[in-house]
Amino acid sequence: MTTSSKALGEVCADVRPGDADDAVQGVAPEHVAAPATVEEASELMRVAAEHGLAVVARGAGTRMDWGAPPRRCDLLVDTRGLDRVIEHAAGDLVVKVEAGLPLHRLSETLEASGQRLALDLPLEGSTVGGTLATAAAGPLRLRYGTPRDLLIGVTVIRADGAVARAGGKVVKNVAGYDLGKLVTGSYGTLGLIVEAAFRLHPLPRGRAFVTARTAGATAAGEVVRGVLHSAIVPSAIEVDAPADGPVTVGVLVEGSPSGVTARADAAAALLGPGAEVGEAVPSWWGRGLAGEILIELRVKPTDLPRVLDIAAGAEARGSAGSGAWQIALPADAGARRVAEVLEAARDLGHAVVLTAPPELREGLDMWGPVPALGLMRRVKDQFDPEHRLSPGRFAGGIC
Amino acid sequence: MDVAAMAARFTELLGADGVITDPVRLRTYDCDGLTYHRATPGIVVLPDDAEQVAAIVRECVAAGVPYVARGSGTGLSGGALPRTDGVLIVTSRMRRILEIDIDNERAVVEPGVINLDVSRAVRPHGYYYAPDPSSQQICSIGGNVAENSGGAHCLKYGFTAHHVLACEIVTPEGEIVTLHDWPGYDLLGTFIGAEGTLGITTKITVRLTRLPETVQTLLAAFESMEAGGAAVSAIIGAGVVPAAIEMMDALSIEAAEAAVQCGYPPGAGAVLIVELDGPAAEVEEQFAEVERLCREAGSFEIRIAADDTARALIWTGRKSAFAAVGRISPAYIVQDGVIPRTALAQVLARIDELSRGSGVRVANVFHAGDGNLHPLVLFDDGEPGAGERAEEVSGQILDLCIEHGGSITGEHGVGVDKSRYMPRMFTDTDLDTMQMVRCAFDPAGLCNPGKIFPTPRLCGEVPGVRKGVHPLVASGQAEQF
Ligand SMILES: Cc1cc2nc3c(=O)[nH]c(=O)nc-3n(C[C@H](O)[C@H](O)[C@H](O)COP(=O)(O)OP(=O)(O)OC[C@H]3O[C@@H](n4cnc5c(N)ncnc54)[C@H](O)[C@@H]3O)c2cc1C
Repeated sequence: MTTSSKALGEVCADVRPGDADDAVQGVAPEHVAAPATVEEASELMRVAAEHGLAVVARGAGTRMDWGAPPRRCDLLVDTRGLDRVIEHAAGDLVVKVEAGLPLHRLSETLEASGQRLALDLPLEGSTVGGTLATAAAGPLRLRYGTPRDLLIGVTVIRADGAVARAGGKVVKNVAGYDLGKLVTGSYGTLGLIVEAAFRLHPLPRGRAFVTARTAGATAAGEVVRGVLHSAIVPSAIEVDAPADGPVTVGVLVEGSPSGVTARADAAAALLGPGAEVGEAVPSWWGRGLAGEILIELRVKPTDLPRVLDIAAGAEARGSAGSGAWQIALPADAGARRVAEVLEAARDLGHAVVLTAPPELREGLDMWGPVPALGLMRRVKDQFDPEHRLSPGRFAGGIC
Repeated sequence: MDVAAMAARFTELLGADGVITDPVRLRTYDCDGLTYHRATPGIVVLPDDAEQVAAIVRECVAAGVPYVARGSGTGLSGGALPRTDGVLIVTSRMRRILEIDIDNERAVVEPGVINLDVSRAVRPHGYYYAPDPSSQQICSIGGNVAENSGGAHCLKYGFTAHHVLACEIVTPEGEIVTLHDWPGYDLLGTFIGAEGTLGITTKITVRLTRLPETVQTLLAAFESMEAGGAAVSAIIGAGVVPAAIEMMDALSIEAAEAAVQCGYPPGAGAVLIVELDGPAAEVEEQFAEVERLCREAGSFEIRIAADDTARALIWTGRKSAFAAVGRISPAYIVQDGVIPRTALAQVLARIDELSRGSGVRVANVFHAGDGNLHPLVLFDDGEPGAGERAEEVSGQILDLCIEHGGSITGEHGVGVDKSRYMPRMFTDTDLDTMQMVRCAFDPAGLCNPGKIFPTPRLCGEVPGVRKGVHPLVASGQAEQF
């Protein structure tokens, strides 16, 4: 037994050697620890600091292939033991949970009170912490924003093991810096997220999905524009463009049952004669694409036709009303094609490679130009001066 | 600070009309909306664009001089309180709306642009800018960004942070960079609400919101605050998300009546203003439900605004409440605290006890939907000791908020006013962690120093041995033990 494994074992009951299944993009951790409490997690981080261990956090492990591989991984912290609903204040439309809680279990709890956390569950099993760390969002972003917009309080364990809180459990609060926003989307490079409080919304009493195939990119652009600038107040406007299939536009309308019917009809009229209205979720709705090469884009809503042009021959899907897209290319697309897609996409806005086969990663600029990278590095240096948290996983190789 | 030398440099950069050193004119900038903290700035500069702001900041950094940004000076926590030994950078010449892109529902504006002017500019296209602080006729978008301002309608639409897509900033070291929420760290979200301590924003891309199809407003009068509070709970409990729910107690109604003759129902112990907006059919349906819930909670009179004029009349009383309190009291403190909405009745009872026990009158006005209280603590500034007693009650109200798991500020910010309360809400570790961000952005501690944090963190040269005297120590802003 090494000294570090002994020290880790002294502060956490569930510590074991890492094996191949625990590897994060090929990097196998030396230890895997699953803390059962925030205190245990804090102690683990303190011991890791004392022993200079590089730490990577893992929730359900649904997005470990996103981002770059860690340069080192001595300790993998499995957060799934931190899965309590700490407080659901239904009357205040607020919930506070531990970070290892899977979102679907949270939804079940909230549904019982007629409430929801207005975030989609793009990947089965995702935990609260993993969703925050990757800032993963789906179709509802159009109306409710992304995880950062719903997060009202956060508890983070720093690289040195100290437990820091920011925000609180009230919706309106401007006391102090909003560290919740800072750690959301930080891929575990600034600290370990262990608790989160969210603002909730009432579950809508009615909903309808309105979908239609369009004649192509230009037509889809027109339809999306029409819905966006209408009085329909859609909760989501999505586009699905399979590699060789037709371009489908989908609109989600939520509200009171009678109101939904009227607005869905209005949306159907805008979507054209072939529009279908239904309550069932379309099979593709909000699903992350499954390509081996996955690119995430942020562009303007009016760039829709150009995004579909860039993706021609590959799959594209996105929240067209917000200009947030994914493009999936097959593993054999070739480095040239990927680079072309990236270049064209970066002319429009920001584009990041979420995942790609290891052999392609070398030659790709995974993050592209990241504005304010200098400031980001300095933030990283403050929070993790020894660069032990998810080293190398982040933007511009923030290490 | 060598005022003459700095002023000469600034005059080279901005021209003579961009620099103020005349003591009389300087004094007009000695406070923001929190008028009992005052300090006459050493120099005031009026830059025209980001390049000039950056040049000013670089001069300050080179000379080790602190600087503070100021928009319209309506802040209520002393965020824009100047330094006598420093430079005040005022954005009043940066008032251009640079771009309106209706197709993409966004506009690009300079920081000095007045909040309401954004809505005015896009309203003909069927859009508006959603965050609507009560000060929206005069406050600036730059100030809104710094304070993460909200308004009566943020219950449904959220705060400034939810409506800003990007900010160009001049960093505390004088570099011009643009912050986004992605890719990389969400430095945009970190910057918004940082009260001007992480840099000066020089260009803001705001999200525009489609005007709602319908707006419906009602005023419901209740005998007591408890009854009014019960109505709020019933409305929220029914799954309605109103655009706004505002509540006033008897004393604030009395003040509003005296000031603007808003004609609220006589004898009301509380009035509630509920506004719904959105698609016509649903607003209609929910509005009927809200009306029923108010009656069930004991409302003895409900008025429904038939048109915009009637709506404006209903709002007049609420919007004038702060100023109106001046009619019934020589002086007052505007408090800003937050509680979980469900604790409303309990907290109000405790505020009442505090008021009776101390003899200090408290008028209550609040954004009831999100539990944001604005108790107005009244006192006679001519009476010795009255100010101190009011201050004490005001502080005790914040303690109540913290005790109930709330916050010491929902929208006015910490500034200089509440930094001493921060340790009651946050641990040393929490505050220290927040200041890591500060150190990353502003290692020299010259950008709006002395705000938010009770004790500045010594940033050091990460990590390891520090060389020489720390800048915060050298400038007298911190001591090292
Ligand atoms: C009658 C009245 C009603 C109010 N109602 C509300 C309300 O409903 N909701 C609400 O949220 N607030 C309200 N306020 C508070 C205030 O209006 C807001 O905080 C507003 O956003 C301040 O804007 P300003 O331009 O006046 O900023 P200032 O007071 O000039 O500055 C505020 C802070 O912003 C910083 N700052 C200014 N410009 C910049 C910049 N370009 N870059 C970086 N930092 C900058 C300053 O340094 C300071 O810390 C009210 C104030 C008054 C007087």
